[in-house]
Amino acid sequence: MSTLHVFPSPAASRRALTGIEGVVPASRLGARPQPRTIPTGIPQVDEITGGVPRGGLTEIFGQASSGRTSLLLALLAQMTAREELCALVDASDAFDPHSAAAAGVDLERVLWVRCEKVSRFKCHVSRHPRETRNVKRETFSRVEQALRAADLLLQAGGFGLVVMDLGDIPPAIARRVPLASWFRFRRAVENTATALVVVEQAASAKSCASLVLKTQHSAISSQPHSNQQSAFSSQQKRESSPHIRVCCAGCGWKSRF
Amino acid sequence: MLTAMNAAIYVPDFLVAAVVRVEPSLQGKAVAVLEGKPPVVMVAAMNEAAAEAGIEMGMTKLQAAAYPVELRQRSPAQEASAHAALIDCAQAFSPRVEDTTADTVVLDIAGLERLLGPPPKLAQDLARRASELGLEANVAVAANPDAAIHAARGFAGVTIIPPGKQAERLGSLPVDVLQAAPEILETLDRWGVRNLRALAALPEVAIVERLGQEGLRLQKLARGAVERPLVPAEPPLEFEETLELEHAVALLEPLAFVLGRLLEQLCARLGARALATNELRLRLVLDATQIEDSPRDRVIGRSGHRVIDSLARSPDDLMTRFIRLPLPMLDSRLFLKLLQLELRAHPPGAPVVKVTLAAEPVKPRPGQGGLFLPATPAPDRLELTLARLAGIVSEQKIGAAEVLDTHRPDAFQMKRFSPSVPQGLKAPEVAPPSRWLSVWPSRPHARGRDALATAGQRPALHFPIMALRRFRPPLAATVEVRNGEPVRIITGEIRGEVASVSGPWRSSGDWWRGEEKPLPRINADSHGSSWARDEWDVALSSNKGVVLYRIYCKLDSGQWFVEGSYD
Repeated sequence: MSTLHVFPSPAASRRALTGIEGVVPASRLGARPQPRTIPTGIPQVDEITGGVPRGGLTEIFGQASSGRTSLLLALLAQMTAREELCALVDASDAFDPHSAAAAGVDLERVLWVRCEKVSRFKCHVSRHPRETRNVKRETFSRVEQALRAADLLLQAGGFGLVVMDLGDIPPAIARRVPLASWFRFRRAVENTATALVVVEQAASAKSCASLVLKTQHSAISSQPHSNQQSAFSSQQKRESSPHIRVCCAGCGWKSRF
Repeated sequence: MLTAMNAAIYVPDFLVAAVVRVEPSLQGKAVAVLEGKPPVVMVAAMNEAAAEAGIEMGMTKLQAAAYPVELRQRSPAQEASAHAALIDCAQAFSPRVEDTTADTVVLDIAGLERLLGPPPKLAQDLARRASELGLEANVAVAANPDAAIHAARGFAGVTIIPPGKQAERLGSLPVDVLQAAPEILETLDRWGVRNLRALAALPEVAIVERLGQEGLRLQKLARGAVERPLVPAEPPLEFEETLELEHAVALLEPLAFVLGRLLEQLCARLGARALATNELRLRLVLDATQIEDSPRDRVIGRSGHRVIDSLARSPDDLMTRFIRLPLPMLDSRLFLKLLQLELRAHPPGAPVVKVTLAAEPVKPRPGQGGLFLPATPAPDRLELTLARLAGIVSEQKIGAAEVLDTHRPDAFQMKRFSPSVPQGLKAPEVAPPSRWLSVWPSRPHARGRDALATAGQRPALHFPIMALRRFRPPLAATVEVRNGEPVRIITGEIRGEVASVSGPWRSSGDWWRGEEKPLPRINADSHGSSWARDEWDVALSSNKGVVLYRIYCKLDSGQWFVEGSYD
């Protein structure tokens, strides 16, 4: 004797489930909660991006003089104003404390790690004559130092903002950073209150980045000028102020202003 | 009125215990301690197992080596550390501690019942705490100090003598525990007096006639009837542990084991006194015969950070290092890691024959941070992270920048990264821009004194500060000048026509100073000799677009440099 099972239609099931308190249809679970963000201090950027996401990797890239560092200093100023600790891993030792102080950064709350041209450390053993042959010498390039330092800082936790400044590193070298490193960084900051920001000339973290900001400037006037006043008048500066293109990972360019 | 109660802590075979304390692997083994200088090296102390194995006092080292025992050289420093640990153990329970002998201390426990429990529990706790400090001790509680001392010396483990029962409980002990003069002990032996009960039963007058007042004192001790006030000692708060190595240690890994043991003992002692430390001092005595001739790096200050102020090499081949911590801590594993990282960065350079580790005692960090304050790294983890970072880049390259109060370009110094505790300022949901320019200034941003002076001001909102990215050191450049203005710049990777120029800004200073040697953590490029230069801001057009640079010309040499790029 055969048995006939009658299954309710999907629509009927959905109607039945939504009637139960606390049950959310799976179709609505795709809406992920908004990440907590940090305002950059530049209203135009905040208006579009909502700020730099905590627990995510943000890339700020662009050519020299496009405003990457200015944006970074504004962000640092915001974070230190909130009494949060920041770490700046400076691969090229290019950070200018005077600019930062003028931008309102509380330098006391910024741990500055200045990578060296070549860092050698030896040891593991004493320089005992018999053991000299076992002394290990390791050499790290600036990028390697920056990656290692950032890794340590992210593992330590407690920093509100960790910045890896690869702004003067040629893109060809920055692209050699394995994708696994970016994945590891992303995993390290996930579900934490730390925002990881990478400043570089070309985006290289690919899908690991939660937010990608591209900075670029418009043409600058090349009008002749006199020695008595600044070559860059207010109007010209307005024209040369950075333009920022905002991109969310995987969704293409979102807007430009 | 409180009933007088005293607890005595006695460490049997103290010389052996002092050795075993720093070498826990010797526990349970037959150990003999040797004393003297070669060739007259003799057994000075041994434990019970060694005595059972056949070792006797006064044996030479050669004779003792024939027996299955561990032989160690006597170390006064280790004995001093063990004695200090014994006092720390007692001080953890009572402030009134009498430093009786090297192996015995007595503490007044009257009135501590409500705080620490009844005498049996307190005695058990004392024995346990002594064991934690590496000392297996006998503990006895009695109404008077001497009865407690004799009970501790005579009975193993924990002994409780109720008030008034001293003579009864001490009666079975041999007269040797009184530590009388040998001739008196010999006399008592001839009389057939073997234990304290027999001594206590002798007539007083007869004892005085034959042994004098000393005999009467011994009889009172045997009866447990000597009433004397406790003489509390106040030893200085010194926490130091020493280990003399039988064989010189050349590798860092075995040295880490030694440091780990010393740190555990040190932390246990500090913990017993409810203290922590913010400074560790490591002193290594090196094997003089194998010290390298090359000069050692005399680092004067990785100052900022926790660490290292000096690396001194004295005639005694001492190497001293200091580890300074931002906060009082008491974590032996953290200390060990810091010491390992430090020694890895600055190896001793020769095998180590003696290790001394001292800690500066301070009160532990009270309380905790606010619940609603921003999260900050845990102090211990931050310290460890900084130490690890110092293994990647040099120590002088880590810290917080401090802008110096001068007009000298790029004048700053690196200081220790120790941010102040957050005050819990109520940050707005969107914090206001902290620094903006109302009008474009004659220079893109203020610096030096100007930067300091403008701190805290917030002009009307227009444009954010344009930052400078510095080239350190500045790039030497060839600059073509026409009509007093740079028109073309050529340097390594930077070359092009000047599309726009602004300047010059002339600055000079420090001409009143001679050539000064920069301090280690002050930016060397921006300190020392006088400077005089003309600065220009230029826009270079290249295939990458327009890039803004700051260039300058040294007035004394006429040499041009590219200082950085605006970004």
